[in-house]
This record gives sequence, structure tokens and C-alpha cells, in this order.
Amino acid sequence: MRFEVGSALSIGAILFTVIIVAAMLIWVERRLLGLWQERLGPNRVGPFGLLQVVADMIKIFTKEDWVPPFADKFSFILAPPIIMVVILMSFSVIPFAPGVGVIDSDIGVLFVLAMASLGAYSVMLGGLASNNKYALLGSLRAAAQMVSYEVFMGISLLGVVALAGSFNLREIVLSQSDGWYVVPQFVGFVIFLIAGVAESHRLPFDIPEAEQEIVAGYHTEYSGMKFGMFFVGEYLGVLLISSLLVVLFCGGWLGPAFLPPIVWFALKTGFFIAFFILLRAAIPRPRYDQLMNYGWLFLLPLSLLNLLLTGAFILWQDGM
Amino acid sequence: MLRLIKDTLTTQVVTLWRVFVHAFAKTDTVEYPDVQPQMAARWRGRIILSRDPDGEERCVACNLCAVACPVDCIALQKAEDDEGRWYPEFFRINFSRCIMCGFCEEACPTNAIQLTPDFEMAEYVRQDMVWEKEDLLINGTGKYHDYNFYRVAGKKIGGKDKGEAINEAPPVNVRSLLP
Amino acid sequence: MMMLFYSAAAIAVIATLAVISSSNVVHALVYLIISLLSVAVIFFVLGAPFAAMLEAIVYAGAIMVLFLFVMMMLNLGQATENEEKAWMTPKLWIGPGLLTAVLFVQLASVLLTQGVALAPVEVGVLDISLLLFGPWLLAVELASMLLLAGLIAAYHLAKR
Repeated sequence: MRFEVGSALSIGAILFTVIIVAAMLIWVERRLLGLWQERLGPNRVGPFGLLQVVADMIKIFTKEDWVPPFADKFSFILAPPIIMVVILMSFSVIPFAPGVGVIDSDIGVLFVLAMASLGAYSVMLGGLASNNKYALLGSLRAAAQMVSYEVFMGISLLGVVALAGSFNLREIVLSQSDGWYVVPQFVGFVIFLIAGVAESHRLPFDIPEAEQEIVAGYHTEYSGMKFGMFFVGEYLGVLLISSLLVVLFCGGWLGPAFLPPIVWFALKTGFFIAFFILLRAAIPRPRYDQLMNYGWLFLLPLSLLNLLLTGAFILWQDGM
Repeated sequence: MLRLIKDTLTTQVVTLWRVFVHAFAKTDTVEYPDVQPQMAARWRGRIILSRDPDGEERCVACNLCAVACPVDCIALQKAEDDEGRWYPEFFRINFSRCIMCGFCEEACPTNAIQLTPDFEMAEYVRQDMVWEKEDLLINGTGKYHDYNFYRVAGKKIGGKDKGEAINEAPPVNVRSLLP
Repeated sequence: MMMLFYSAAAIAVIATLAVISSSNVVHALVYLIISLLSVAVIFFVLGAPFAAMLEAIVYAGAIMVLFLFVMMMLNLGQATENEEKAWMTPKLWIGPGLLTAVLFVQLASVLLTQGVALAPVEVGVLDISLLLFGPWLLAVELASMLLLAGLIAAYHLAKR
């Protein structure tokens, strides 16, 4: 088995950076939403409001960590850490730059998919344990949504995997040195983007936590740091999907030599994060059945067709 | 399926683009405490009592403002000095009730009570919202610089007899038959 | 590597026991997920990372989600839990316990006499693919036909 594990120091640095960036996304999102809505966003705490995150963290840490008496305590406490752990685990296979990364695994893509599918438990257990009808509705929606969109997410990746001939994310990046996969796999890219938004239940697919219909969905009963874990978990999810988009479709750290590779990776990831926030600013939420129909009747056939055509293309090219 | 793709391109993608373009539009937010807004001169804010060009109070305690006030936030008591001038003994406005409607200003026959563009009126103690005459009086004429009620009114006060006001004819001797 | 195997195996056994003895359905399901994940770790240690990941994706990630989904619909409360507790009498354990003991003795004798080698043999993704699309091509195609039929049926049902 070929697993190159980074040093403890680099693992710690990556973990720290990922969590800090995810926390900073709270501020980035509010500023960008402000920009697109012709507002300013938070700019009072510190320079440009950068310390808003610190203020939010202090607030959320000092809040009473309350477990409702009617909740199932075991599952209620178990649920929030799951999403944090699962998404942070997924980051272990992401290659950030040459030599920067936790594990260099031959099953990287599968590992990410496995972790994404386990992330559904966080939402489901949280909603089920809350013993609250809105939470239950939210987690029902979340479960159906995440299980369905996982399917298209997996299938849309397979085109890239077939082209690169490897499940190893580092090798997928290296095989893009003469052309990013976003061009030949544009359909896969779009499907992965949509499925990624649905997987991290971000707007416009935030149906599990639609405020106007079901209060806050599965985290209605959560407060304090348990809510904070759901909250940061969502931003970690955005970061993960963005970096996956970069790694799988946009050449990872590859780019002209005038900037170091890690900067290229950060720039591309930042672009996709901004796009996620633009989606939130612009697109209204679909109805639940529309979401399901869209997935099963449109995205699934399209992704299968994409996979079929990619396979046919590879075979044709080999025959030449 | 093709229709869905076309709809996506013509609605969702166009929406994304239009929202993105807003990034280059001017921000609507006014950063209020740092950047003070320019209020219009006629803005109906905090109420003041003005003085005439000679530095005397304009208010003649006629009570019209108190009558006009829809929320009854003005209270005053008339008094008269040795020269025959009327003035309010006390003049009290309860700003916690005032709705800044400006009816008092319209009702005032002497331009004494005026509304100013100042809107920063919050207080921590409710009692501080009640303003007395010495709080309300300003050392100026407000919006009407030259107006002096007693100079144009026919009322006789110390130093100004009947017929001495501006544009006022001398009093006619009603008992005389001469033209 | 041995430590990892034995600890994962111990977790699997304990979690499975907890699945059987837990009276709360949701807790039992959580233990079942843990058990499946530890089995995935065992696969991993034995040199089958692909099987391990499929175990995590398909069993722990998808099928158990559907189990939990059904549990949500059933609205199980304290009453069900008490019922479960009442059913869990020691008398109930005798039959399954005896049968399992026989199975365990058989397993132990097989392991002791045959001597299964625990030396990890790496089976990569490529090896599995070559096997599946080489000697077992017919079986794969048959299975995929079955899945395709299911897919089309699901599509038809969703369309209505």
C-alpha cells in the first residue's frame, strides 16, 4: 500500500489553516453578500471587521451549552462533532501543493465520497435527537437530499477518474498538466458543482434548514458550541467542495510559475468560494419536490450519459 | 431536457451575472456615526424656541402650539412683564411623546417654535426627554432672521406706543370729526 | 498493523453486541454504523482498501441512512423503548446464545486447524478492475443489466 503521510507538524499546520480559513469564511461571506447587495457588511470590529470572527467565537463559546430535557442526549451530543470530524478527515487526502498534504492515498476520491456520505448522519441524528417536529422535517429533507445528490456527485467524478486513470488526487492533478479537466469534463464539472452545493446544504439548496418554512431545520434546538460546530462544519464543507473542484477539474496547484503553487491553489479555491457565495446571493431556493425531480430526472441521466461518452472517447482514443 | 438547459442559461445564469454586476455599484449604506448625513433644512427634528433679532424671546405664550399638538406634549404658562410683553413662565416639551409632526411650528404666530434638522435625541433616562424652556431656547433667530413680532404687531409695550410699528398708521382719533 | 486489526475487531464485536442489547433503536443503529466502519478498517488492514471504501460508502453511508430514514418516519418514543426492554428477558438469550456458541466453536476449530494467514496481500483498485472486467465480465454485465432495469423502473416511477 502506498500511503505517504506528512509530518506531524505539517498535519497540524494544515488542520489549523483549514479551521481558521473556515471560520474566516463567516466574515468573507457576510462581506461578499454585502458587496452584492450594495451594503457594506460587518466592518466595525477590527480593520475591515476582520475580528468579527473572534467576536462571534467569544459569543458562541460563552453561550450556555444547553441540552433540551426532551432530547435524546446520546445522539444529541454525538451529532455535531460528526460533521466536523468527517469533513476534516476529507481534507486529509486533498493535495494542496507538491509536498503539502496529509496523506497521499491511492483511494483519495473514494475516501472523500465515503466521508461525505457519513456526513449525512450528523444532520439526521441531530434532527432526530432534538425531538422537535421542525428538526425532524429538516433532517428528513436533509437525508433524502444528501443520499440522492451523493449518487450524482460520485458518478460525475468518474469521468475525471477515467481520464486520469487513478483515484489518487495527487495523480489526478499531475495528469492535468497539459489541460484542465474542466474543458473535456464540463458536464461533470457542472453536475459536481450542483451536487456539491446540495451536499453541503448551502443556499440555494438549503432546504433542510429553510428558515421561512421550518425555523432552522435540523439545528433548531442547538445552541452554543454545538450549533457552532454545525455552523463551522457548513463552511468547512464549502471549503472542501471548492478545493475538490480545484483539484479535480481546475488543475489543483498548477499554474504559471510566477506564483508559488500553494498560492495558485488558494486563488482558485477562493474563486469557487466566492462563486458559492454568489449563488447564495442570487438564486432563490427551489421547492423540495423540484429539487428531487431535478436530481433524479435530469442530473442522474446526464451524469450517466457523461460517463458513457467519456468511456467511449477513451476507448476510441486508445484504438487510434 | 434541452428546454431545461435553455431555461437554466436564460434565467439562473443571467441572474448570477446581474447580481455579480452589483459588486461594482455604489454602496447604499451611510456609515452614520462616522459620516454625518446632510439633513434637509426643513427636516422636522428637535424643537427649539428662537429669539428675535433684538435677543428677546419670540414666544408670546399664546398656547396655539399646545392646542395644535396632537399628542399634547407641549405645556406652558403665560406671564406678563412690566413692559406689557407676554412670555411663557415655563415652557415644557415632553420629547418622549413628541411625534415631530411640525403642527406647532405651523400654528405659531410669532415664528418662535421651530423644528431643526437635529435628530440625535436618544437619552438613557426617560426623564431627560422632558425639556424645559432654558433647554429649548437658543441664542438666535432660527429660520427667520429679521422677523420681530412686537415691531410689526399693534400691541403697545414699553418703548413702543400704538402706531409706531412697521407699516402701521398712527391711531385714528375716533372722537374727532375731522378727516 | 496487528494492533490496528485487533482493536478494530474488538470494536466491531463490542459494537455488534451493543446493537443487539440496545433497547433504543437509534442507538442500536449508531452502533451498527460503528460496527460497519470497524469492519471497513479491518478490510483496510487486510490489504483491500477498495473494499473498505465501498463498505463505508455503500453500507455505512447509504444503506444505514435509509434505515435511519425509516426510523424517523416511525415516530418511536419512550413507549417503544419500554416495550423493547420488557421483551429483552434472559430466557430469550438461551436459544440464540447456544446456536452462536456452536458457530463460534466451528469458526475457532477452522481457524486453528486450517491456519489462515493474516499476511496482508495488497489488492489495489486496478487488480479488482482487471478481475471484474476480465474473468468475471459476464457476471458484472448481468448485474449491471439488473441494476439498469431497477434504474429504469425507478425513473418511470419518479416520472409519474
